[in-house]
Amino acid sequence: MSRIALALLMLLFTAATPAAGTLIHSERSQYREVLVYEDAGTRCLCFTHGCAIGRQSCIELSHPDHMVFEYTRLMLGALFVVPDPHEILVIGLGGGTLPRALHELLPAAHIDVVEIDPAVVRVATQYFGFQSSPQMSVSTEDGRAYVRRLLREGTHKYDLIMLDAYEREYIPEHLLTREFLRQVQQLLRPGGVVAANTWSSSRLYPNESVTYHAVFGDFYNLKRGNRIILASSGALPSLDQIRHNSEAFADAFTPFGFAPALLLPLFSTQADWDPAARVLTDQYSPANLLNAGH
Amino acid sequence: MRLRLPLSIRGPGLFATLPAIMYVAMLYLLAGWSGFFVMGIELLGGRLLAPYFGSSIYVWGAIITVFMLALSLGYLIGGRYSVHSPSLRRLALIVLAAALTVLPVLLAGDALLDALSARLPDPRFGSLLAALSLFFVPTLISGMVSPYAVRLLVAEREHAGERAGRLYFISTFGSAAGTLLTSFYFVLWFELNQILWGMLAVSVFIALLACRVRPRKLS
Repeated sequence: MSRIALALLMLLFTAATPAAGTLIHSERSQYREVLVYEDAGTRCLCFTHGCAIGRQSCIELSHPDHMVFEYTRLMLGALFVVPDPHEILVIGLGGGTLPRALHELLPAAHIDVVEIDPAVVRVATQYFGFQSSPQMSVSTEDGRAYVRRLLREGTHKYDLIMLDAYEREYIPEHLLTREFLRQVQQLLRPGGVVAANTWSSSRLYPNESVTYHAVFGDFYNLKRGNRIILASSGALPSLDQIRHNSEAFADAFTPFGFAPALLLPLFSTQADWDPAARVLTDQYSPANLLNAGH
Repeated sequence: MRLRLPLSIRGPGLFATLPAIMYVAMLYLLAGWSGFFVMGIELLGGRLLAPYFGSSIYVWGAIITVFMLALSLGYLIGGRYSVHSPSLRRLALIVLAAALTVLPVLLAGDALLDALSARLPDPRFGSLLAALSLFFVPTLISGMVSPYAVRLLVAEREHAGERAGRLYFISTFGSAAGTLLTSFYFVLWFELNQILWGMLAVSVFIALLACRVRPRKLS
């Protein structure tokens, strides 16, 4: 038992502290330091020196499509819930892995990206092969302000909204409240899906779960090291439907380095959290304090 | 003209000096609480604005600007106001007024932020205007407290700096406590509006308490 724990710990340790490699670019943005490291053909975006608290995004230079991080693969599981999204919103750009993959998979889809930090947009474009185009537009503003603005204008809705704005060390608290998720829900077309990237091991897990559940009801929960929440604005498709939808992507995920079948066993609607946990709201949103383990 | 001045501790025995001690303690309490109150509101202000303007650096910049501007003007006005017949009761009323001007935040804050962010969605000027309309008045009035309290504390010129220093110490220490307790604990235990109502209640309580303290009068 202790040997397994030790092995797990070592695995965690090696995963959490990669050799950062050579620093090839750094710039100080309004929010943080944006750093690009390169090591053995892998280029990574980090917000801390030596990637001390993790890497935001990585690409393999010889296979730029290959998905280095497991969570980005899990996020593509959203396409099994909403197989043919035409309008997609991605909140949080990072190195642009997800928007790039979505564009390759669905060349006809229109993708909007919201990123708060203009330096991240610059670096993603210069070092990670991200390109804005008529099909892929980027707004540099706060995710919540963007969502509110679109709701007010009332002209644009989405089939898929991806939330990739939570960092392990810092969660933008106004992006994890019942009110915000309701706004996201209103910005979805009927049957539209929200996919959120968070963590399985976070102490926030029960609060996060009840908050999503309060707005969307049951949702699919894909758990590895990361936790992907897939919630629908309409009825959640059955597992049979999910399996059926995944068949359309049988070969499509090959360039990203995995097969859709890997994701299917992870789809679960089991409520493995304390339902009495406190729902996060605009009035009560101490996400970072809860995460820090108070 | 009747003067209400604090006594330094040289009266005949504790019983006689007690009112003077109470008086000085009350001045410090008002100043310390006022410092606590301002920083508590400032931190909560950031959270109140975030759903409407986000939490970008501009929003925090706007909030801090408004608070600094309001405090600076508050110092000026508080100092000016202290010139004519200053009293502990008037100081208590200043603290009370600062608390009551937070009521619009509680009663109409969301409606105002909603309307403002619709008309002026720019995170810089939108949040600047929002912070101005919600927090400028209570912060300005809170800024009046310290210079006004200095006026009531200082009887002799040679102790003026010492007394003022002690007052700034207590008021800024109150600010530090308000910042820490609000950001580490209150937001974890309570909803934002509950914290605001709580701070308002403490202000009212302390102000009423101060009104009951009778300074020993000099003739």
